[in-house]
Amino acid sequence: MLTFTIRRMLTSIPTLLFISIVIFGLLQLAPGDPMAQVPLTVPPEVKQKMREALGLGAPVYIQYLKWLNQFFIVEPQFLIDWMTRDSFLFGWLPDTQFSMVYDPELEKLVTQQRNISWQTRSPIMDIVIQRIPQTLWVVGLAYIVGILIALPIGIYSAYRHYSVFDQAGTFITMVGFSIPPFFTGPLLIVIFSVTLGWLPSIYDTTHVVNDWASFKYQLSQMILPVMVLALQTTAQISRYMRASMLDNLNQDYVRTARAKGLKEGVVVMVHVLRNSMIPVITVIALGVPSIFGGAIITENVFGVNGIGQLLITALFANDIPMVMTITFIFAIMIVVFNLIADVLYGVLDPRIRYD
Amino acid sequence: MTDTANEIDPYAALQDKEPGKPQRNQWLDVWDQFKKHKGAVFGGGFLFFITLAVLLGPYLWTVDAQKLDIRNKNVRPIWIAIWDGGAKTLWHRPFGTDNLGRDLLAQMIAGGRASMAVGWTAMLLSLSIGTGVGVAAGYFKRLDGLLMRLTDLFLSLPILPLLLVAVTLFRQPLRANFGPEGGMFILIVVVVGLTSWMQTARIVRGEILALKEREFILAARSIGTTSGAIIRRHLLPNVISPIMVSATLGLAVAIITESALSFLGVGFPSDFPTWGKMLADAVPRMEEYPERVLLPGIAISLTVLGVNYLGDGLRDALDPRIRGR
Repeated sequence: MLTFTIRRMLTSIPTLLFISIVIFGLLQLAPGDPMAQVPLTVPPEVKQKMREALGLGAPVYIQYLKWLNQFFIVEPQFLIDWMTRDSFLFGWLPDTQFSMVYDPELEKLVTQQRNISWQTRSPIMDIVIQRIPQTLWVVGLAYIVGILIALPIGIYSAYRHYSVFDQAGTFITMVGFSIPPFFTGPLLIVIFSVTLGWLPSIYDTTHVVNDWASFKYQLSQMILPVMVLALQTTAQISRYMRASMLDNLNQDYVRTARAKGLKEGVVVMVHVLRNSMIPVITVIALGVPSIFGGAIITENVFGVNGIGQLLITALFANDIPMVMTITFIFAIMIVVFNLIADVLYGVLDPRIRYD
Repeated sequence: MTDTANEIDPYAALQDKEPGKPQRNQWLDVWDQFKKHKGAVFGGGFLFFITLAVLLGPYLWTVDAQKLDIRNKNVRPIWIAIWDGGAKTLWHRPFGTDNLGRDLLAQMIAGGRASMAVGWTAMLLSLSIGTGVGVAAGYFKRLDGLLMRLTDLFLSLPILPLLLVAVTLFRQPLRANFGPEGGMFILIVVVVGLTSWMQTARIVRGEILALKEREFILAARSIGTTSGAIIRRHLLPNVISPIMVSATLGLAVAIITESALSFLGVGFPSDFPTWGKMLADAVPRMEEYPERVLLPGIAISLTVLGVNYLGDGLRDALDPRIRGR
């Protein structure tokens, strides 16, 4: 299992390189000049200097390697420095200063050049790290809520196969599967915040939770986006759960368990459920990155100030470094969660041996 | 000599006791099984209805979808008059008009045309890429490793962000070459097609791998049939059912993706209605005019729901193990 994991991790390196080439190539091929916004009064030689300062004069492969270097070597150094300097967990360690380089002109340590956003002129990773908690709160919570709703629905509709509950459940999951989030979002806003006036329609990211009333407000503003995202998750996962339970309920070991006099609850909730969870858990792991991608729309509808919103605004502002970084972060998440799903499958199911 | 009364018809024993049934073929069986799935019949029927409506609609409802009629702006749909007598409704604007006075029924038809055209074309493109890759990988052993590795790589691309990036970046040159609508159409169809063929390829490859080892392929090869002819005559007809099922899924994905792109504001130009665009335009004013959100939203959702149910029914009907149960 360990050798499989290591081999699998090694094979994901070329995958990541391929994706990085696709992202980089797409943005290289694309028309559009980052200097287009510079006023016409700026003389051409100054423009040329600005171009070189942005690294646009260098050959394409140099630009690509520099980008990779920034992403995989420089940014982690800053992360380690931040952890040993400011974070609670590792703050007791001596300050590492990996990200500092010696500048012979100034004769002291200066921080390295970081990948900056063309919109805000600040390091991209800092902005991304500010935005990620917003996304995680809404999307992550929605995913958990969706799973918690989906599992009992799936279990019960498989157990009572072809019952009214099963028919209704299948229909509702099909509907949830088919209605896109950019319709459920406005629909729920019309119902719950316009007509009924129960919940706020816009997610206020600056809201600080410090007492009971503000906590209640935070809860109420999270309900709508979480519901929209959870509907999608529920629909997908309960379908898988139901199919997987149905497969297992007809197995011989279930009859054996019943024959030796186990209670029905034990048979279903212990024997069948544990075996049915194996494929479902991998599906859950595989769904994590796609839910982040899908959250782009939900964040847009509710005005959640998350990473998806950041991607959209960066795209419209032609902020290419930011777009590359966020897209690549999404890609890394897909690769990592694919790896996790593969390994989990092997760990959970003893019948599967990769070696 | 011969007793005519005792003469026995030599074929009598072979005749059936009951009257002969009309001949059955595979597609009749499939149709019988398909009819049992009520949702699938409804879904297929709705898809047929909506396709017909957007194809024939412009001939029946001849109002121009892009014509501005600023005097009759913000007209509510006719059914609002049932409970709200004071609402501004007009009989010749049954679905109402938007904030520029454009007729909503005509816009729904035109938007449906665009959405369905994008959906069908992108689905056909992704289906042909997927089938091509799947057949090549399954049939030719040399290509298998390479093509499946490529499929895995494409599966790990972040699709929606990449779609957004591609559409935003390549919008300008394609618009310049093919006109604002044609360029966007080509761009959206191509990017959706290029990013959704992977599931089809995997399924087709699996089926081809199993079929390739069967005797009838060996027989075909032993009489000297070329690879191309084997694929055309023997393999493709046998993988038609998984291809049809993934076609329905592909149609649903393509419609949703196009609407999502339009919703995020990177789709068709602003005066060209599609369902996603109408929905996006209506969201800021949905407090006063909720029907403008509901109409395109329900149209998208019902179409996708119908397509998904159709796929469910087709999967059951085309699977010979389930059929007849």
